[in-house]
Amino acid sequence: MANRPMLEVVALEKRFGPNTILKKIDLKVAESELVFVIGPSGSGKSTMLRCCNRLEEPTSGDILVNGRNIMAGTRRDLDRMRLQIGMVFQGFHLYPHMSVLKNVTLAQRKALKRSKAEADARAMNMLEQVGMAHKADAYPGELSGGQQQRVAIARSLALDPKVMLFDEPTSALDPELVGSVLKVMKDLKSKGMTMVVVSHEMAFARETADRVVFMDGGVVVEEGTPDEIFGAPKAERTRAFLSRVSG
Amino acid sequence: MDIFIDQFFNIEIMRKSFPLLLSGLWMTLKLCSAVILLGLIGGLFVALGNMSERRWLRWISIAYTDLFRALPPLVLLIFIYAGLPFAGINISPFAAVVIAFLLNNSSYYAEVYRAGLISVAKGQWEAAQSTGLTPAQTLIHVVLPQAVRNVLPDLLSNTVEVVKLTSLASVISLSELLYNAGMARSVTYNASPLVLAALFYLVLLWPLVRLVSHFQRRLAA
Amino acid sequence: MDRFLETFFNPVVMAQYTPDILAGVWVTLQIAAAIIVAGIAAGLALACLRSYGIRVLNVFIICYADIFRALPPLVVILILYFGFPSIGIQLSGPMVLFIVLAATLAAFAEEIFWAGFSSVEKGQWEAGIATGLGFTRTLTYIALPQAFRLAIPPIVNRVLAITKMTALGSAIGVSEILSSATTAQSFSGSATPLTMSVIAYLAIFLPMVAAARWLESRTAWKKR
Repeated sequence: MANRPMLEVVALEKRFGPNTILKKIDLKVAESELVFVIGPSGSGKSTMLRCCNRLEEPTSGDILVNGRNIMAGTRRDLDRMRLQIGMVFQGFHLYPHMSVLKNVTLAQRKALKRSKAEADARAMNMLEQVGMAHKADAYPGELSGGQQQRVAIARSLALDPKVMLFDEPTSALDPELVGSVLKVMKDLKSKGMTMVVVSHEMAFARETADRVVFMDGGVVVEEGTPDEIFGAPKAERTRAFLSRVSG
Repeated sequence: MDIFIDQFFNIEIMRKSFPLLLSGLWMTLKLCSAVILLGLIGGLFVALGNMSERRWLRWISIAYTDLFRALPPLVLLIFIYAGLPFAGINISPFAAVVIAFLLNNSSYYAEVYRAGLISVAKGQWEAAQSTGLTPAQTLIHVVLPQAVRNVLPDLLSNTVEVVKLTSLASVISLSELLYNAGMARSVTYNASPLVLAALFYLVLLWPLVRLVSHFQRRLAA
Repeated sequence: MDRFLETFFNPVVMAQYTPDILAGVWVTLQIAAAIIVAGIAAGLALACLRSYGIRVLNVFIICYADIFRALPPLVVILILYFGFPSIGIQLSGPMVLFIVLAATLAAFAEEIFWAGFSSVEKGQWEAGIATGLGFTRTLTYIALPQAFRLAIPPIVNRVLAITKMTALGSAIGVSEILSSATTAQSFSGSATPLTMSVIAYLAIFLPMVAAARWLESRTAWKKR
């Protein structure tokens, strides 16, 4: 694994009024690494993820993507940096007034200024990769949740991101649809994508994650390989959490 | 700048015309209460006609609402006030205004009621009638309260429109707020009385407009 | 019955004044079209500006929208028409009518579009921003089309209500339908021109009312 981190979170702090959601978080994600973030709700894991592309504005700290600090620079620099950070939401957030193909080409055309032909080709390629090419002309309302989420992944991938962030990508899905999305994520991992995943899919974490990070109360309590975290957690809080979720 | 203040915000002229405008405001309020009250009642009947199972009743109520939504209220007012005397029917300006705006507003209120009535689930009718309430009792005690609550912002914004509408009565020389302000303007050759009238309307309606926005935001959330 | 027809539907009077009424129709249509285009464009622009969340600017926009929703247009028309000449600004009747009604429509349209923007899910904005589109392009390509769709039925109703107010032009000598009719009425001593104005307005606005009704039933049906 490469030495230089693809994504680096340095002393990240986030406060909402009197509440401190994130307390000086540090996290390094190497190239092609899949880091899995777990923790109870309210632990700050989603906030941490959303700070990584500044959807949530950090109170202080730095976010480095491929060595460049996204906290420095103008708004335009930020928008350009965001192209390198793909994000997949719990609620998919496909644009309901556009076809699947248009959903995937919009940012390519308007932000990357690709030609229509180039954007279409790239989009079809990505839709193929997530198994959704046959629905290119459908509208989001006609798709199942799992299908929508796969299109949302394609929408991010089409921008050639350096890092992909997944914010509870399967939490809103019916159980029988979860597998199709996880499969796409696994393919992505095998192609060498750098990924940070916030999720409760522990079995998936065990199987595919390079590293598991346990967060609670706005701090990283413990991190290690899946075997270390799931097999022999050191911290009491980690143990309590894991016994609760495996229930 | 001085001339602007002198022409539009002349305190002296405003002070002098204040009693005249106040008596105009009184007439405006009388007009409003008549039109709003009658409109609310008339509109309900039109809406019920619209929801009726009898086809001809439905047809008449739709024709009624569409007709009076298509006609500008001022045209209706002039037609009634200036046209009816030709048919030998003489009518006071006050009555002309009330009739014209009642026709206009009951159709707007009817549309609002209709949306409200539709929004109440069918099960409510069925539940109430299965407990032995008559259709009229069901309407009054069960359905209407829910319907009105659901469309309160629209009822309110329609009522704001009624108050604004009464200013048209000035065109047929009914001495309400705007007419009196216009009189004061033509005597003083100064627009300040009109501005004062505008301020009266703002004091009256701004809180209601805010309330409408507030309701709409709450419903959207 | 004969007398009634004679008074309200006199064919001789009708024939004589049809050209005048038609000229009035033309004036009404022109002013109405200008009001609709300018009012909606301005309202949309204001709602877009408001979405940037610049505090001072928004206070102005909200006050503007509130004031023009609260004031009877006829009051503003009279202030502009009778007051402005004394500070050296001469505006023609049609111009006053256009300015006031377009400003009124803009105020209502701003509120309607803003309500549309507010009901676009937060996630839609986030998806646009996260894919590097930035605020303005997210607004243009993602929020606006969705807000617009929601806004169409209330906008149509408001457009209808405000274009009908072009009849207020008769109070300041704009030769639209109603003033043509009242002039003709006093010359002919017959109520027939008034009937003609009613027919003219119905011909213009009944189709719009029917269209509004159709639009509403369509969106209501979609919700289910």
